Amino acid sequence: MHPVIKTVLERLGLGLATLFIVSIIIFSAIEMLPGDFGEAVLGQAATKETVAAFRRELGLDEPAYMRYAQWIGNAVQGDLGTSFSGRNASGVDRSRPVVELIAPRLWNTLFLASVTAIIAVPLSLALGISSALYRNSIYDRTVNTATLTTISVPEFFVAYILMLLLASLWPVFPSLANVDAATPLAERLSKMALPIMTLTLVIVAHMMRMTRAAIINLLASPYIQMARLSGASQSEVIIKHALPNAWAPIATVIAFNLAYLVVGVVVVEVVFVYPGVGQLMVDAVKTRNVPVVQGCALIFAMTYILLNLTADIIGIITNPRLLHPK
Amino acid sequence: MTQDPETYSALGEVGAFQERRTLWSRLKLDLKKSPMTARFGMAVILIYAVVAIFAPLFAPYGEAEVFPIPYAPWSSEFIFGTDQIGRDIFSRMIFGARNTVGIAVATTLLAFLIGGSLGLAAAISRSWLDQFLSRSVDVLMAIPSLIFALVLLSIFGSTVLNLIIIIAVLDSTRVFRLTRAVAINVVVMDYVEAARLRGEGIGWIMRREILPNIMPPLVAEFGLRFCFVFLSIAALSFLGVGIQPPTADWGSMVRENASLIQFAQYDLKAGLTPLLPAAAIALLTVAVNFVVDWFLHKTSGIRDE
Repeated sequence: MHPVIKTVLERLGLGLATLFIVSIIIFSAIEMLPGDFGEAVLGQAATKETVAAFRRELGLDEPAYMRYAQWIGNAVQGDLGTSFSGRNASGVDRSRPVVELIAPRLWNTLFLASVTAIIAVPLSLALGISSALYRNSIYDRTVNTATLTTISVPEFFVAYILMLLLASLWPVFPSLANVDAATPLAERLSKMALPIMTLTLVIVAHMMRMTRAAIINLLASPYIQMARLSGASQSEVIIKHALPNAWAPIATVIAFNLAYLVVGVVVVEVVFVYPGVGQLMVDAVKTRNVPVVQGCALIFAMTYILLNLTADIIGIITNPRLLHPK
Repeated sequence: MTQDPETYSALGEVGAFQERRTLWSRLKLDLKKSPMTARFGMAVILIYAVVAIFAPLFAPYGEAEVFPIPYAPWSSEFIFGTDQIGRDIFSRMIFGARNTVGIAVATTLLAFLIGGSLGLAAAISRSWLDQFLSRSVDVLMAIPSLIFALVLLSIFGSTVLNLIIIIAVLDSTRVFRLTRAVAINVVVMDYVEAARLRGEGIGWIMRREILPNIMPPLVAEFGLRFCFVFLSIAALSFLGVGIQPPTADWGSMVRENASLIQFAQYDLKAGLTPLLPAAAIALLTVAVNFVVDWFLHKTSGIRDE
């Protein structure tokens, strides 16, 4: 077998194994709940029978591995269980399936993340490459200081400064991003301007610094110097010699930061009251609505692992040493 | 022997070398050579520490003392006004230094205790223990720690103790990796082998042979980890699942007063109020980063001259 295919398959297997263990950890969340949580969910007035029925519905009378198999089987088919909220002591069940809660919000979160990525990725690559080329110039130092500052402050600080400046003092954009399915695209984008800007500022800083470091690292290697000495022009050096080796680090940088975006959206969604999965998860944690927390965590973890896996695989298939084995 | 840093003389250099400097005089020399950013960082950290330790002496009012006027404007009575239920914001900022920074320091210490000792043990034993710990850390690091923390907090509930333990365990993974990586290079040294042959126990080897040699990267990592822990706790408190009221804490203070931003057009000071605790967080992380930068530069042996 070609060594590239072998390495890719190995990495895929490792990713699947990680996903499996992570799903077990998330599943065991319900296992670790204190014994009286049936009463806590249903209220003080719940009778023994309703509590027993609720526990039976969750399958707590079956062994854990059976329930895990059932849970993961349902999750793969798009059923993440039923929310804890909407239940009460009398046994009347107004609870909704977790998927119904997550689906519309997942679309919102993905929309926010992709618009941010479309703006942030080219911007930070351009900034990173140009500041690596003009290393130690005033331009490089300015960009560096600015990005270092945005990295070291909390996301909500950036968010509220933007809100203060662009929504309150000079009301250019609305301060709340309360969109719904019926909002037309133009209005949606204007409402989402501030969350997108906040996320872009945070993620561009990381991505730009990592791109710069990757390129500088590469430009210092002896074979680039050799190419320069043999008379290659600057653009030739970068496109023909540096870039083939830079794809792997750049892809890693992008995937790593898109994965970072997954976490970044949680805080930003709460600041701007954007109806996404992050906000849903935080609300569910506050009310200790474990099935919803599990569903959101599973989605976040899956995205994170898949993005990192993609980065690794791109790194493997663009590696010239693996592509042309001896 | 006093030495003027402006003029250089070989005799002065040799004389200073022969006379073994005390820790204090070496420290003074280092400080004299430190760049402006590092001095600024150290000054900020010192001020925060003093304010945190002597919080009740600085604060004009109590931590949860409620006054009749909510959202009072800035005045001589309430320097930064009052919050949504009428507590003095300036006093809460001061107590917040104690709570937020104190909890973050405790969490970082615990993370280093767990990650550091496990990392050293893994590096020394290099057996199934190393394999087991390294693979577990790989899995823990496969999920973003904020998401993991949210899941764990929903199970165990948001108390300060739970918060410290959860964040410390999640963060110890990174400490483990670093400690293991730097310790592995030291474990193979002859003097460690000599200590082993001498019959020293694993505790002695960890503490007396390896730890002193991997201190610089660990100290720098402590600063960076502290920033990270501090920001994650602030983020969790901001989201309302971290430090719970009535404990004064910078993250939740931002959230509680966020609606004041809407009034910035009419009263800029009111609009700035929710940004004050956020700025306090930002200032400390920037200050720690400056000091860590200087420390790394100093211990890595790179000289500007």
